[in-house]
Amino acid sequence: MTARQTAASGAQEVLMSRFDLTSRLVARLRSDEAVVGGIGNNNFDLWATGRRPQNFYMLGSMGLCFPIALGLALTQPRRRVVAIEGDGSLLMQLGCLATIAERRPANLTLLVMDNGSYQITGGQKAATHHGADLVTIARGCGLNESRWAENTAHFEELLDNALIGDRPHLIAAKIDEAPGRATTDRDPAWIRDTFMRGLGTRS
Amino acid sequence: MARWFDTVAAVLKRNEVRLVTYVPDKVLAPLIRALEADSYFTTFCPTREEEAAGIVCGGWMGGMRGIVLMQTSGFATLANVLASLALPYRIPLLMMISERGTLGEFNVGQAMVCRSMRPMLTALGIEHHTLSRRDEIDFIVDRTVNQAIATQEPAAFILSPLLTHAKRQEA
Repeated sequence: MTARQTAASGAQEVLMSRFDLTSRLVARLRSDEAVVGGIGNNNFDLWATGRRPQNFYMLGSMGLCFPIALGLALTQPRRRVVAIEGDGSLLMQLGCLATIAERRPANLTLLVMDNGSYQITGGQKAATHHGADLVTIARGCGLNESRWAENTAHFEELLDNALIGDRPHLIAAKIDEAPGRATTDRDPAWIRDTFMRGLGTRS
Repeated sequence: MARWFDTVAAVLKRNEVRLVTYVPDKVLAPLIRALEADSYFTTFCPTREEEAAGIVCGGWMGGMRGIVLMQTSGFATLANVLASLALPYRIPLLMMISERGTLGEFNVGQAMVCRSMRPMLTALGIEHHTLSRRDEIDFIVDRTVNQAIATQEPAAFILSPLLTHAKRQEA
């Protein structure tokens, strides 16, 4: 883990690794949980943790990771759904937090990987670098179970709690600027077909 | 003859299109009321059209058919989600668009955005039909929903003022 000074408070914060956190998530899955990897590095690192037919990898539609996961959570109420989104993508579609709070799916866990930048396009600073706090925003939208993970152990604790929760949880982590570890196969129709067969919604 | 929105609701139900997301519109209001009044449907209002489309795409993968209801101007915001999610992933995203900007529009911006709607649908190769007669609604919606699912392609229905009798706006 590395550290970074925040623009807002000047405090040093511990930076985690997206690949490490994603690996810790995957290690916790039993078998049937659906995981949605947001555009770019989030699904690249999900891909790098190994293919699961219950994983959905986004190759476009920036900002729609949480809405897609909401659609899954509402239509698969007996299955846990986990969505992994970046800070820049979430900033593009903040309204979805209010929608999720209103629908309140018990089976939905939202993860935010916050590196304060648009890392994949050259590291341009995002509003999160300048002080926008996605956990505070999520709480303001009505997602009361929204927390910053202080370190990897805390992330695991929050995740364990979320995965048995009776309401949607959001867990955000400050991460470093390491790029994704692999490149997702660029075949959207195959990804969708594999995912639906993995969920048993297509045979 | 049945009111247009009762026929639409009945055809959606017959075709098991249960998940309905919408961005409000005055012309769509009676359809929204009819769908919300029937617990068969899961009907709710996300904050914008692309979010509504993302939810319905997720719902399709989760095993439930769905449709997004919106106005002409809202459809204009969907080019990217159609081209990077629904089309390449082969998701039969259904859309119903209340047509503003024509046949008596007072807002020039609405008239301009309306002119982009059919060219955009055509450019993206999306099957679309204009509903302008009550006696055609059942056939067009029923067949198009069926085709969308069979071919795994999105489809759009445009609700013409000729059908909905949208209120005449005085200049």
